[in-house]
Amino acid sequence: MNELIESLSWMNDLLFMAESTSTLAPKIDFLHWQVFTITMLAFFGIAAVVIGLYIRYRRKEDHQVTEIFHPPLWMEAAFIAVPFITFMAWFTMGFHDFVWSRTPPKDSLDVYVMGKKWMWKYSYPDGPNMVDTLRVPVGRPVRLLITSRDVIHSFFAPTMRIKQDALPGRYTESWFEATKTGTYPIFCAEYCGLNHSTMIGSIVVMPTREYDAWMDDAKRNTYASRVDLGMTDQQATMATQGARLALEKGCARCHSVDESNASLPPTLGPSWVGLYRSERTLADGSKVIADEAYLTRSMMDPMVELVQGFPPLMPSYQGILQSGEAAALTEYIKTLKKDSPTKLGAR
Amino acid sequence: MSTTHTVEDGFPEKHFLNQGTTFKSWATTIDHKRIALMYLVTVLFTFFLGGVFALLLRIELLTPGPGIMDAQSYNRVFSLHGIIMVFLFMIPALPGVFGNFMLPLMIGAKDVAFPKLNLATYYIYVTGAAFAIWGLWNGGVDTGWTFYAPYSTTTVTKVVPVLIGAFIVGMSSILTGVNFMTTVHTLRAPGLTWGKLPLFVWAIYGTAAVQVLATPVIGLVTLLVAAEAGFGFGLFDPARGGDPLLMQHLFWFYSHPAVYIMILPAMGVVSEVIATFSRRQVFGYKMLAGSTLGISLVGFFVWGHHLFVSGQSTFNAGVFGVLTMLVGVFTAIKVFNWVLTLYKGAIDFKTPFFYAMGFLYFIIFGGMTGIALAVVSLDIHWHDTYFVIAHFHFVMVGSVVMGFLAALHYWFPKMFGKMYSDRWGLAAGLFVFIGFNVTFVPQFLLGNMGMPRRYYQYPEVFRTLNVVSTAGAGLLGFGFFTILILLVVALVKGKVAGPNPWFSKGYEWNTSSPPDMHNFHEVPVLVDAPHAYEKVPEGTLKAEEEAKTEAEGAHHHV
Amino acid sequence: MSDASAGTGFLEHAPHFNNAAHEKRAAQMGMWLFLVNEVLLFAGLFTAFFMYRFLYTDTFRFLAFAELDWVMGTVNTGVLLASSFTVVLAVQAARAHKSKLVGIWLLATIAFAGAFLVIKYFEYSHKIHEGLLPGQYFSYDLSESIAKVKADPEKMLHINDANINLDQVGNGAPMFFTLYFFITGLHGIHVLIGMFLLGWMAWRAFKGEFARKNDTPIELSGMYWHLVDLIWIYVYPMLYLL
Repeated sequence: MNELIESLSWMNDLLFMAESTSTLAPKIDFLHWQVFTITMLAFFGIAAVVIGLYIRYRRKEDHQVTEIFHPPLWMEAAFIAVPFITFMAWFTMGFHDFVWSRTPPKDSLDVYVMGKKWMWKYSYPDGPNMVDTLRVPVGRPVRLLITSRDVIHSFFAPTMRIKQDALPGRYTESWFEATKTGTYPIFCAEYCGLNHSTMIGSIVVMPTREYDAWMDDAKRNTYASRVDLGMTDQQATMATQGARLALEKGCARCHSVDESNASLPPTLGPSWVGLYRSERTLADGSKVIADEAYLTRSMMDPMVELVQGFPPLMPSYQGILQSGEAAALTEYIKTLKKDSPTKLGAR
Repeated sequence: MSTTHTVEDGFPEKHFLNQGTTFKSWATTIDHKRIALMYLVTVLFTFFLGGVFALLLRIELLTPGPGIMDAQSYNRVFSLHGIIMVFLFMIPALPGVFGNFMLPLMIGAKDVAFPKLNLATYYIYVTGAAFAIWGLWNGGVDTGWTFYAPYSTTTVTKVVPVLIGAFIVGMSSILTGVNFMTTVHTLRAPGLTWGKLPLFVWAIYGTAAVQVLATPVIGLVTLLVAAEAGFGFGLFDPARGGDPLLMQHLFWFYSHPAVYIMILPAMGVVSEVIATFSRRQVFGYKMLAGSTLGISLVGFFVWGHHLFVSGQSTFNAGVFGVLTMLVGVFTAIKVFNWVLTLYKGAIDFKTPFFYAMGFLYFIIFGGMTGIALAVVSLDIHWHDTYFVIAHFHFVMVGSVVMGFLAALHYWFPKMFGKMYSDRWGLAAGLFVFIGFNVTFVPQFLLGNMGMPRRYYQYPEVFRTLNVVSTAGAGLLGFGFFTILILLVVALVKGKVAGPNPWFSKGYEWNTSSPPDMHNFHEVPVLVDAPHAYEKVPEGTLKAEEEAKTEAEGAHHHV
Repeated sequence: MSDASAGTGFLEHAPHFNNAAHEKRAAQMGMWLFLVNEVLLFAGLFTAFFMYRFLYTDTFRFLAFAELDWVMGTVNTGVLLASSFTVVLAVQAARAHKSKLVGIWLLATIAFAGAFLVIKYFEYSHKIHEGLLPGQYFSYDLSESIAKVKADPEKMLHINDANINLDQVGNGAPMFFTLYFFITGLHGIHVLIGMFLLGWMAWRAFKGEFARKNDTPIELSGMYWHLVDLIWIYVYPMLYLL
């Protein structure tokens, strides 16, 4: 079978197909060639029949009388059966490959992928975070856990023949096993706004030893290695994840999330209740609205926009909070309204 | 086949175009033929507008980097192109123009069931179109015609006016569907049983059923997205527990059957044209009528094939894949039947026939690439790439527009009483055919290479094919212009066509060209099936039929 | 609406129909098709509701129990059923050529419809006051509500019977109210449209237009009104009782 596919690979050139660099690609390509060939044969067959019939049965006079007859039953049955069987055969082969493409092997290397306008971010569990460039070892299955920070994107690697939409608030999965080293493109394939067409990344497939060396080096240089954004619960909203993070990262030690808890000492930092979209007076007297951007900046660089009346004590969470985690915390803060804070952390 | 006593040879003195010449007589007309012409003028305008935006896109895509516009403008232009073409041309055009004009003529009726409602649907369409175009011009939209949430609910461009415009146009479509279905049920002339219904009428009936059943769902989706975008309450925001996939499901539940609203009438036209120009009723009438209903019905159950890689479950992907294959079988049945109609026929290769053959070419490739896309594994590679764009332009422009042009050239002499130059008709058709192929075949290849849709800029490697595609677009546009000119020339100084220049036995040729305002002076009794070319010409049977008419008295079938 | 008999005189019918009966059959068919289309409009919303209810079962069931007033809902159902009854009486009167009586029954129907909307107004204003609003405007404190229910043994009996897990309540609450307002709002708009339609018919009735054989407009209006009622018959248990 593999030799057959190999020998037919010139069809990829005929059809301008992208390079074939994964274990999935030959399967898809083989079916593609079959569909293409049979379609072309059918077309030329039909065209020949049409041309032949035209030549043979040209009109001789305006009111020419023609013979009437109806298709025999066997012909009607053939008209139905032949396309049906052909299409169902293709469907079966294709669906088989599709299921295969949706079943990552057990020893896959996991990588978390986050699409956001307009870039791709990757996180390796116990490894570094990368932007736009995904490094993988050759010959090893890689499982991608894909999500979006904002709108729907789609992770598309044409040479690997994989594509999977990135949805906000959810994780979707894809996997591939690269068969050749080299650098291959990643495109965003779901329209996402202004710079959709520049949301381009690359997969760098490295020989195993080189990859291991790179990974060791990267691990030593990175502070953050966790990237869990609520993977335990696919139904959890970002706000719920944020509530959990607020406890895990210790935010609640300095920022109150519940006005009714009068027994706690006054907080070291501004309360989160009613914070979102409120007007803040900063230490230098200027005013700013606490929107998403402000909240994120405060987490990453708290000294720049210090709120009046509070001591300069908050550490920066740059490198400690992943971008997704900062987003989740922001969402949680948004739910904390004055007079009616919601308790989403219950789950 | 009975003919009315007052079918005039040559150009009639009084006909629907000159029976009432004031502006008011047109603006308040309830004559289905005048309404059809009003639709024609409007859809030609929207087609031209959508086409201009397409050309702008292709010019921008000549260069990998920025060209004649910036990214934001490009995103708005492709949204403009899609929204105008889909909602303001493809959906209303064939039913609104040819459904309106031909349906009553083909069933021997004097008008549609609800003539005033018919006029209302035209004005509703124009209102919705005006709203949508105004909205598109004024700060809207850059979401693409598919306006997926959450992009559409969070974008800075104004989506609400355009969505309202689409909602209003949808109302027009629904009411047209109600009108046409009722017409077919209640206004068939005596003798016209369902088994003798012209295939174009079957097509309009199938289309109308889809219009009535599917359009309310897109109406709902436009309201939901408008509510979320405009007022912040909606069902698709994940931060509040919403699911963006729900929007996709609801959207495609309409938008897939919508493409059958577009193609079914075109298929009906092709059946009529092939029958007339090969002088044979189509090979398997029952199979063709049955396939029409089959597409109408099964088309409702395949929407998930737009969601194979969207996050939908593998199981769902399987179900939708199988059902999509089923729908493809109906089209294959039609293609075989159309081709075999030529067998033992008497073929005259005139312009309408050329367009019917062009339709066959495009439906084979467009349809087969659709089947290819429905092979779930192949869709992983092709989804949201230029392969899909090429596929749907093959079926929507290639097939539907070919069908529209076939209808226009076939029925032009009936509608206006004049004939156009067949040589120029064929030449223009050839420009369109070649131009179309040069435009869209490279796009299949671009999709294979991996070029995604809606890309303002693209990597250098995609340049050559994009340039070829743009060249084709230029030729295609030129072809359309040639058609416009040749038809306008025919209107002004074409030869008189006479009641039946194609010697067709379709029912609509029983009237003068142009027809009288009331279509027929007496109710026709339709005894023979349409396109019964095996019978000896008129003369001998006429006396028999006149006797039959008087004996039975005129009563419509209900 | 059907143009079948608008503006035509005694026993007249549009020229492309054989006779008045023929025209009436067409008008009825057209109206049925239109009603099918209306059903599909709501079908999408019902689908969305059931989908989210499946995802957020406990939240939805809790909110239906604790925040929707089933008494008001039941009264409204009765009101609409009564209005359907009066519209049937109007159709009967039209068949008997009693134009003034038609007008009276139509006014009664409109009165019931108005009562429906008034009750809805009370329900809405209560929710707006509490912050039980759709999407981003949802600002209600669920924990308070849960605590209140926990404190009431009668309510807890129901909660336990219905197997509602109070710990799981929370997620998806804004979805419930988006759907609640959308479904009842869209239905309310149709009630309003119906009121205008019936009002127009009533006006014509008092002018004496139905004193002759001309019951089609009343019948078609009645059909529309029955659909509005029927949709509520589905909406009510779906939102309030499930």
